[in-house]
Amino acid sequence: MRALLFVFTLLLAVPALAVEPGEMLDDPVLEQRARALSAEIRCVVCQNESIDSSNAEIAHELRVLVRERLVAGDSDQEVLDYLVARYGDFVLLRPPVKPSTYLLWFGPFVILLLGVVAVFVYFRRQRAAAALPPALSIEEETRLARLLAEDAAKEEGPGKA
Amino acid sequence: MMRRLLFLLPVIVFAVIAGYFLWGLAPERDPRDVPTAMIDKPVPDFDLAAVPGLDVPGLATADLAGGEVVMVNFFASWCVPCRAEHEFLSALTEETGVPLYGINHRDKAEDAVAWLAELGNPYTRIGADPGRAAVEWGVTGVPETFIVDGSGRIRWHHRGPLVPEIIDREVEPLIEALRS
Repeated sequence: MRALLFVFTLLLAVPALAVEPGEMLDDPVLEQRARALSAEIRCVVCQNESIDSSNAEIAHELRVLVRERLVAGDSDQEVLDYLVARYGDFVLLRPPVKPSTYLLWFGPFVILLLGVVAVFVYFRRQRAAAALPPALSIEEETRLARLLAEDAAKEEGPGKA
Repeated sequence: MMRRLLFLLPVIVFAVIAGYFLWGLAPERDPRDVPTAMIDKPVPDFDLAAVPGLDVPGLATADLAGGEVVMVNFFASWCVPCRAEHEFLSALTEETGVPLYGINHRDKAEDAVAWLAELGNPYTRIGADPGRAAVEWGVTGVPETFIVDGSGRIRWHHRGPLVPEIIDREVEPLIEALRS
């Protein structure tokens, strides 16, 4: 019973939200957009936290600003551009795809590709090794042994004589 | 020969990764020190009232295009590094004569007045900023300092206290260059 109660209370735990009631917009559609946008915007003084989940004062300021701009009729992209103009790409939690971030975005796939190439080359070499002429037959083996024995006898012969 | 070099590959990969780790752990590297996006941009639009109780006027965008090189310093009485840089800022304005404009960030007027009464007031203008002007300037906290040239363009920016080393190495040479 106790354990059950414990699990139940754990289920009640929801992520803490930093958005204060006073900040919220009356229009639920705009508020929804503001929440979605806020989750994409970095609290610039925090470590990897969005302004939607941070209690820092600047996060509060930015949340209010995002809502003000949405109410003024800005598109989502215009709000992000406004912030990027002031804080740079750092303010975006998801780095934009552009030449300076190509390595970041595509680097892992390049490494994967290199790995695929390495595996491919390895197996091709294995197959090339398997395709060598077949081993000697029994008759060939005995003939080879005989020839080698003759050679050895010849070499030893004069020395002993 | 090529095969031999191939054996060196893991060593090279290790050296590169270790190099990145060393760079990340270097004590002088501050991950919070984010470069500003404001360099070479015109001063943003803002208009701040004076701090009640101070005898210096407020600060607005128009005050920063007077054909003169000026410094803009975000500060607050509750900010400890601001107290640390205060004497250096005062000395710098006395030495070079560059006007120092202040933006009093998220501060109570009476606290700011008491703080300046205690330490002295090197600022010729101070705007009281409840928070939005800092965002307009791309400021993340106090203290932060900008140098604005005569045409009202931001030419230099620094996060954190202005220590003599930075003043000698960067601020004074730049002010000289901008003035000539």
